[in-house]
Amino acid sequence: MSAMNRPPKPVLNPYLAGAILGVVLFASFALTQGGLGASGAISRIQVSATALLSQSHVDRVGYFAAVGGGDRHALDHSSVYLFLGTFLGGMLSARLNGRMKIEVFKGPRISSWQRLGFALLGGAIMGYGARFARGCTSGQALSGGAVLSLGSWAFMFCVFIGGYALAYFVRRLWTD
Amino acid sequence: MLPLDINAELGRAGGNAVFFLIGAAFGATLELAGFGDSRRLAAQFYLKDMTVLKTMFTGIVVACLLLFLSSALGLLDFSQISVNQTFLWPGIVGGLIMGGGFIVGGYCPGTSVVSAASLKLDGLLFLLGTGLGAGLFGETVSSFSEFWNSSFTDRLLVSDWLGWSIGATVFAVTLMALGMFYGAEKTEEFFRSGKLSWQLKKPVYLAGAGALFAVAAAVWIIGQPDPLRRWELMQGRYAALLASRDVFIDPLEYVQTANNTGIKLLTLDLRAEAEFTAFHLAASERRSLDEMLDSRVAAPLAQLPAQGVVVLVADDEASAVAAWQRLKVQGVSNLYILDGGLRHWHARFAGRTLHGKPVDLSRPPAAVLEQFPKDAFTPKIKLATKKRSGGLCS
Repeated sequence: MSAMNRPPKPVLNPYLAGAILGVVLFASFALTQGGLGASGAISRIQVSATALLSQSHVDRVGYFAAVGGGDRHALDHSSVYLFLGTFLGGMLSARLNGRMKIEVFKGPRISSWQRLGFALLGGAIMGYGARFARGCTSGQALSGGAVLSLGSWAFMFCVFIGGYALAYFVRRLWTD
Repeated sequence: MLPLDINAELGRAGGNAVFFLIGAAFGATLELAGFGDSRRLAAQFYLKDMTVLKTMFTGIVVACLLLFLSSALGLLDFSQISVNQTFLWPGIVGGLIMGGGFIVGGYCPGTSVVSAASLKLDGLLFLLGTGLGAGLFGETVSSFSEFWNSSFTDRLLVSDWLGWSIGATVFAVTLMALGMFYGAEKTEEFFRSGKLSWQLKKPVYLAGAGALFAVAAAVWIIGQPDPLRRWELMQGRYAALLASRDVFIDPLEYVQTANNTGIKLLTLDLRAEAEFTAFHLAASERRSLDEMLDSRVAAPLAQLPAQGVVVLVADDEASAVAAWQRLKVQGVSNLYILDGGLRHWHARFAGRTLHGKPVDLSRPPAAVLEQFPKDAFTPKIKLATKKRSGGLCS
């Protein structure tokens, strides 16, 4: 319990964190031929959850069937292990640094319930967009950016453009 | 030589353990960077805190420099590295949607995993939302699948698009990132103190920028190895395939493959134009040995679908082998040589008849195979399942 009561340690310098991230990303390419990712595994978990409710629905919808149709197991994929690692690595680091605590991060002008609602909504938009773009910030922007994929660079700038374009209109969510 | 194919080296269980460990390092790094906190991520879009931009672009540039420096030094084969496929317009639309989701929800999928893991309820809700959004996409994609599959190029690099060398592109990307870091520092300074000076006061930042600049310049100056140099570096990996003759296919196997509608067969004839005009296999194209050095010739061959097979035809084995080496190191996976060239071909099929008519030597039908004993040849073609494109997002 002592680790949980410690005050949170300061976060890493952003460039140092970036340099470590770059080394991890390089290690991923060097050992597995591919980069990092998160949204692919989230999609697979969603398909396997859908299959628990109705396998026939997964078989019928082509996009789901491609990973979890028939005798395919949606969770039988390297990306799912990467996802589990990401979760546990994040958990371990949070615990060691005194950041393991139930809380809701939000702007000062909205209630926690509003924040949770917007988090769910934003997540759904993000999940839709990540499948549309065939990858998320880690899979497309980070990994594709490092190997100079043209599509990934175009994608990356569009994420920033999309965020900046909408930021003013949703400023109540985040600013004083 | 890197990259390793960890599932082949360690088996599925060992490979999955490595994926898990890489994930753990990734998750811990995101958490250490403070990316489990939506306020820090959202602040990027209000110009108060540029942490996201700094960390993300440092990560991209460091990984990029490590990859192309190892490739330049002959330690890593870049043709075996998975490059995200380019679907330009779907990527642009998806990116814009994601930017919206980012500012409304405060996370991206990877950071929400870390946030949820450290018990942040907004991160957990965002992660659930991501799953719902992915499900919604699966339900609706069939109504716009034509657009979603449009503007596709398998392996399109920024350097191809600019028409620059990889080294020059890496250098330019590094310079751009350094410029963005300078801009980020100044933006934060301005929003924090209301003042702006041109100086950068942290010597360690200047040293770091100098190191990135120097490595990027080295990557440009050394350059990426050409196919001949790559063969010198990589023959340890591939020479055994030639020595064991596992990539030499009998004319009978060629005919069998050419008549298999499940296989996309490409035949390249290396002989001189006069010989080619006199006789060539119906499906073949003429290509010179020098053209095999040209990435514009090799790239489409490396990007064939998984059921694509490339067969090289020549009369002297030395030039067939040279062409095989040049294409192999550029990432052409199912690559074979017609054993014995066209001399062996003619010896197999000349004078054969089917239903009283002579067999067309440029395209013998599959039926001619019935005239040979079952064990007349050893099948060599094994379709390699390609993992190099698509990656973890699919």
